[in-house]
Amino acid sequence: MTASGRRLQELKRAVPEVTAEEAFAQQQRGAVLIDVREPDEVAAGSPTGAQRIVRGFLELRIEDLVPELDKPLLVMCAGGARSLFACHDLQGLGYSNVCSVAGGFGAWGSQGLPIEVPRVLSDIERERYSRHVSIPEVGEAGQLTLLESKVLLVGAGGLGSPAGFYLAAAGVGTLGIVDDDVVDRSNLQRQILHTDRRIGTPKVESAVSTLSALNPAIELRSYALRLTSANVEEIFSGYDVVVDGSDNFPTRYLVNDACVKLGIPNVHGSIFRFEGQVSVFWPGYEKRRGPCYRCLFPEPPPPELAPSCAEAGVLGILPGVIGTLEAVEAIKILLGVGDPLVGRLLLYDALSQSFTELAVEPRPDCAWCCEGAVIEEYPDYELFCAVHGG
Amino acid sequence: MSQATVRIPAPLRSFTGGAAEVAVEGDTVGEVLRSLSEIHSGLKQQILTDKDGVRDFVNIFVDNKNIRSLAGLESPVTEDAVIYIVPAVAGGGS
Repeated sequence: MTASGRRLQELKRAVPEVTAEEAFAQQQRGAVLIDVREPDEVAAGSPTGAQRIVRGFLELRIEDLVPELDKPLLVMCAGGARSLFACHDLQGLGYSNVCSVAGGFGAWGSQGLPIEVPRVLSDIERERYSRHVSIPEVGEAGQLTLLESKVLLVGAGGLGSPAGFYLAAAGVGTLGIVDDDVVDRSNLQRQILHTDRRIGTPKVESAVSTLSALNPAIELRSYALRLTSANVEEIFSGYDVVVDGSDNFPTRYLVNDACVKLGIPNVHGSIFRFEGQVSVFWPGYEKRRGPCYRCLFPEPPPPELAPSCAEAGVLGILPGVIGTLEAVEAIKILLGVGDPLVGRLLLYDALSQSFTELAVEPRPDCAWCCEGAVIEEYPDYELFCAVHGG
Repeated sequence: MSQATVRIPAPLRSFTGGAAEVAVEGDTVGEVLRSLSEIHSGLKQQILTDKDGVRDFVNIFVDNKNIRSLAGLESPVTEDAVIYIVPAVAGGGS
């Protein structure tokens, strides 16, 4: 007998085995089924609902997936040999309830048990996103999540530029961009999506041109229009996250109101000269009840207190910082990692180079998001801002 | 009386002669803001309503907490407290 054959005989005595049918039954009761085969094997099919960790990374990644050492684990390979080695290593890590699936995926398939063909990263995607795949919090599964995600950028200006660049680079599979403006020479001090040669062309067209050059594989949807009460729901529906990089109060309230109504997280950023604000307005966040934009600011300020960037000026790099922070929040939300800025307002002061975090709570009497608030139709935002702002 | 530092946001600095921070005495947030308005006239109506409430497009934070979640303008101010005035800002750099 070969050395590996002798070792397998030893492992068969040390590691409990279950049949494919037993494994399926245990999986239905909550046991974690782990397919440790290579990506090219998994690409042809894998048990439905299985976790897929390639054998070589099993010990390094299992704890992120299954932190509880007493959780029942079922390990599967192609024929039941590699899974014995894998189980032995998991026992060595301290997992106390580990079984190998006898006959492996071959037995699973021949018994007619459910199989899915998982979406896996192509070789090109694996290379492009390799620095993401290496992060335990992202990994292949996280990158696939990003590729299947949809983010809408409201505004392809100062904030939308860095957010668009980084979300496209990160492989967010679908990026929508709403902007009704054209590129102006005065934009180029900060709106890095655009170029000198594109002065006069629609910003969404310019943005699509830049972002498709960076990442040709993602879908870019352009909306060369102004958001209104009439079109907002049709445009927002289906997006996982909205990144607000708009430049006026009517749009900011409309974005908030539509996001609250549709249950979409609203990643907010705003800038003024050397200062910026970032938050995530998401009353529906499952881990804690967050405020909406109206909880923080029930009314817009009067126009003399709310000059636009055109009037007040803005440090060109400032939207780079704030828009990038918005992109970080969007990615965290999509991946479900970390702690988003829900109920937290982050202030950035470029002059003192300092961040301040302030607590923002939902208003119990918020007109738009409080419990019992009836959302019927959107108000006239121009009027709302003119009346309250007047 | 406690001495507090009030952080003035950029949109309101035209009322403080450009100052980003103003040191003001007071035992409550209301006292501090009223004293601040006496030093820098014109600031009061940007922050406070005629009925002595906080205007709806402004938030006041003391020790990083919104005074709405505390005791409003009656929220106590401790020595060396930092009070933030945070107005709504629309700009997105377009």
